[in-house]
Amino acid sequence: MSNPLVDMDKPDVIFCIGTNMTECHPVAATRIKRAIARGAKLIVADPRRIPLADLADLYLPLRVGSDAALLLAMAHVIEREGLVDAAFIDERTVDGELFLEHVRKFPPEWAERISGVRAEDIERAALWYGTAERGAIYYTLGITEHICGVENVQCLCNLALMTGNIGREGTGINPMRGQNNIQGAGDSGALPNNYVGFQAVDDPAHQKKFTKAYGRETDLEKGPTKVTALEMCGDRIKAMVIAGENTVVSDPDRDHCEHALKSLDHLVVIDIFLTETAQLADVVLPATAWGETDGTCTNTERRVQRLRAAVPPPGDAKPDWWIVSQLAQRIGFKGFEFESAKEVFNELCELSATYHGLDWDRIEHSEYQWPVPHAGHPGTPRLHEGEFVNGRGIFKLIEYRDPAETINDDYPVWLTTGRRLASYHTRTQTGRSAGIDYLLPEETLEVNPSDVDAWGLADGEWAEVSSPRGSVRIKVRATDRSPRGTVFASFSFADVPVNVLTGSGYDPITETAELKVCPVRVEPA
Amino acid sequence: MIRRATEEPVTQQPTPPAIHTLTLDGEEVSFTAGETLIDITYRHHKDVPNLCYDPRLEPFGACRLCIVELEGANNPVASCTTLAEPNMVVTTRTARLETHRRVLMEMVASENRDIDVDPLSGYASQQMRELVDQYDARTGRFQGEQSGTSREDDDNPFIKRDYDNCISCYRCVRVCAEQEGDYAISVMNRGFDTQITTEFEGLLVDSACTFCGQCIQTCPTGALADLKALANKDVPGETVTTRTICPYCGVGCTVDVMTRGEQIVGVLPAMDGPANEGALCVKGQFAFDFVHHPDRLATPLVRGDDGELHEASWDEALDRAATGFRKVLDEHGRHSVYGVASGRAPTEACYMLQRFIRAGFGTNQIDNCSRA
Repeated sequence: MSNPLVDMDKPDVIFCIGTNMTECHPVAATRIKRAIARGAKLIVADPRRIPLADLADLYLPLRVGSDAALLLAMAHVIEREGLVDAAFIDERTVDGELFLEHVRKFPPEWAERISGVRAEDIERAALWYGTAERGAIYYTLGITEHICGVENVQCLCNLALMTGNIGREGTGINPMRGQNNIQGAGDSGALPNNYVGFQAVDDPAHQKKFTKAYGRETDLEKGPTKVTALEMCGDRIKAMVIAGENTVVSDPDRDHCEHALKSLDHLVVIDIFLTETAQLADVVLPATAWGETDGTCTNTERRVQRLRAAVPPPGDAKPDWWIVSQLAQRIGFKGFEFESAKEVFNELCELSATYHGLDWDRIEHSEYQWPVPHAGHPGTPRLHEGEFVNGRGIFKLIEYRDPAETINDDYPVWLTTGRRLASYHTRTQTGRSAGIDYLLPEETLEVNPSDVDAWGLADGEWAEVSSPRGSVRIKVRATDRSPRGTVFASFSFADVPVNVLTGSGYDPITETAELKVCPVRVEPA
Repeated sequence: MIRRATEEPVTQQPTPPAIHTLTLDGEEVSFTAGETLIDITYRHHKDVPNLCYDPRLEPFGACRLCIVELEGANNPVASCTTLAEPNMVVTTRTARLETHRRVLMEMVASENRDIDVDPLSGYASQQMRELVDQYDARTGRFQGEQSGTSREDDDNPFIKRDYDNCISCYRCVRVCAEQEGDYAISVMNRGFDTQITTEFEGLLVDSACTFCGQCIQTCPTGALADLKALANKDVPGETVTTRTICPYCGVGCTVDVMTRGEQIVGVLPAMDGPANEGALCVKGQFAFDFVHHPDRLATPLVRGDDGELHEASWDEALDRAATGFRKVLDEHGRHSVYGVASGRAPTEACYMLQRFIRAGFGTNQIDNCSRA
C-alpha cells in the first residue's frame, strides 16, 4: 500500500476494484465502513455482487477481465471534464500529454460494450473520483490475477497520477496483500529478480555487494519465476525445495503442477502439515508454526512486526531458518552458521536498502513502516510524498485486451475464483480449527438463480464444471451475488479442486496466472 | 502544494484545535476542544469507574458510574457524555460520588446470575466483577427482577450468548455497529424486558454476524463469551499472554495469544495493535487451534525404497536432503535447483531460503508463492 491503514478512514471517495475486502481483509474493511459512516462515498467495481457492493454508493458490475476498459473510460471522462490535476502532472509525472491524448479513444460507451457497466455509471464513478479532494484506490487479486494484471495496475496508477491522488493522506494506490507475510517474502529477496530490499540482481553493483556479503558470486541474470520453473521441472530443473506452500492445490492447472513435481529427481518440502504437495516429496522437514516461532513479518502497509513464540513446537519441529541453514551446511556451503532468528534478521537489515535502519530490537513495538533507510529514520507511512521513489510518476499507455480465453459455444460461462471469509487458502489451517466447519462446511458453486433454472441445475444439487483442462463436481448454490453468466467458487476445498479448471493464461511480466477468468461449461451432474 | 485545475486552490492548513485548561481534582490540566471529561480523567490516570465505556466507541452514558462533581452543578454528571469546557472545576472522587457508585454497583450486581465469570470469557469480562468487589456491592439489597434471557438454543461454536449475565450496557450493539460496521445485533424492549438480540430474534449464523468476536471482547460481564477459549478452562496452569501477529491475511493484526503451559487456549485482540486497534475477524479470533492439531508434522519424513514416507531423525533427513541436492548439483549443474519460499512463514525463513539458493548455488532460482 502506498498509504497506511489508518488512512483508510480518511478519503472522501473510496474506489475498491477487484477486492472482496469484507471477506478477505475484514479488519481493513471495518475502516472503510467507518469512512462510509463518516460520509465518504464508496465505489465498488467487481463482477460479483460481493458484500462490499451492498455498502457502495455506486456499484459497477463489470464482466470478469474487463477492468482495463472500465479504467480507461474513467480516465477518458476525467480528461474530458477537465478534472485533471494539471500542476501535479506537470511537476511530478512523465508522459502526461501523451496519456491525455491516448485516453480520448476510450469513451464510456465503448467501455460499456466491453464491460457491461452502463456508460452513465462509468461517468459518475469518474466524476466522483476525479473531483475527490482525497480519492483512494484499493485493489486485490481481482486486478492482478489476469493476463493483463500489470496493465490493470498501471491503469489504476494512471488514474491516481492524473488526479494527484497519491502522496497525500487518505489517497493512494493500495494493494491489499493476501498473506500475513507475503510482503516480507518479497522484501527478503525471495524473488528471482531482486536481492533483499528490491536490489535488482542484474545490476553489477548489487552483484558485487552480495558477492562480498555471501562469499560467493551470484548470476547477473534473473532467475525464472516459479511458474516457469514448474514448466522446466524434469527438464532443466531437477531438484526443488518448497517451503510452506501447497503448490499442488493453490496453483492453476493442478494436473500439470502435480506432474511437474513428480518429474523432479529430488523434492524437499518444509511444512507444518503433510499437505498434498508434501506427499510428493522425497524428504519432508517439519517446521514450527505460527505461535511457535520467533521472527518478523511485514504487513500490507509495509509495517515490520515481531512474531513471537508462545508455545513449544510438537516433537522435533524446527524453525525454517534453522532447517535451511542446517541443510546448507550439510551440502557443504560456507557461512550458514546462524544461531537465532535475531541474527538472521539483523543480517537482512544490514544488506537491505529498505530495512537498513532497522534491527531486531528496534521493531519490538511495530512502529516502523519501510523504507527506513538509516537508524534514527522514523519510517515511511506514506510513500511518494513530495517525490516518487523513482523520481517522476510515469503514465503508461494501456490498451484493453481480452482474457486469454473467452466464453464460446463449448464453454459459455465465466468462472471466477477467490476466497471466503471463514476459510483460508487450501484450509491447511482453517480446516483444522474447531468450529470453522459450522460456518463453511463445504465448497459450493455460486450461480445466479435464473441461471440455475436455465441450465437445468437445482440449488443444493451437484453440478459438473468443465474447462479445457479438466472438470470438477461441485454443489450448486443459487445466489444473486453471481450475475447471470458468471459463476464463482473458492479454491479452498481439496475435494473440489477448482484449480483443475484454471490456468488459461499468465501475465507476461509477472507470470501471475489468470485465476480470475476461466470459461467453463456447467451441467447437472 | 497540489492544486486542482477546476477548483479553488486548497492551501489552508486546518486550524489547530485550541488548548484550554480546567481544574481536575485540584490540579490545572489542559485539554483540546471536543474532548470529553472522561478522556481527560483517563489521560491523568484517575480511577473513574465505568461499565459502558469503550474508548473506541462513541460516548453512551448508560451506566452512570463515571459520574464526576462539577462545580456549580447540583448533581453529578456522567463524564463520558460531558464535553470539557474552559475553567470547569471537576472532582472525580467524593464521598457522595462513591455512595452513588456503590448503590449503582449494587443495582447492577442484582441484575446478573453470575458475578464471577471465567477470565477466558473475554478481554473485558472481569470489569464488572472487579467493580463489584471494589465497591463491596454483593449486598443483595436490590435482588429481584433481572433482564435478559440466555440463548441456549444458539448452537454456534464461537459466541456464548448468556444474557442472564447482561447488564444492558449496549457495548456489544455499539461495537458491532460503530467498530465493525455490521449492525448484526440490536436491543429489544426496555427496562427489565431489555434483550440483546438479532434481526427476527434468530441465531447469530442467520444474522449479519461475521463472528469477528468483537462483542465478546468488549462485554464487561462475560454475558457474551468466547466459547473456544472457555473450552480450555480446565487446562491447568496460569494464563499467560504473548504478543504476536495474526497468521492469516496481510493486514497484520496484533494479537495476544493466551497460553496455559504448552497449550494455546485463546486469542485476544491487542487494543493498541497498529493495524487493527482492537479489531479481529473470525479467522484471527477463532482459527488458532490448527497449531495443536494431531496432523502436525513432528518428525522428519524420508521416502523409503518402498515408495512410502517414513519417520526419520533430523540427521538422516538432512543428510538425505543434502545428498539429493549435491547429486543434482554434480550431475546437472547449479541451474538445476530451484527454491520456493512462503508468504506464510516469517521473513527469516524466506531470507534464509533465498540465501541458500544465492550464496549456496550462485543462482537467482528462487521465488515465493505470490504469483498464484
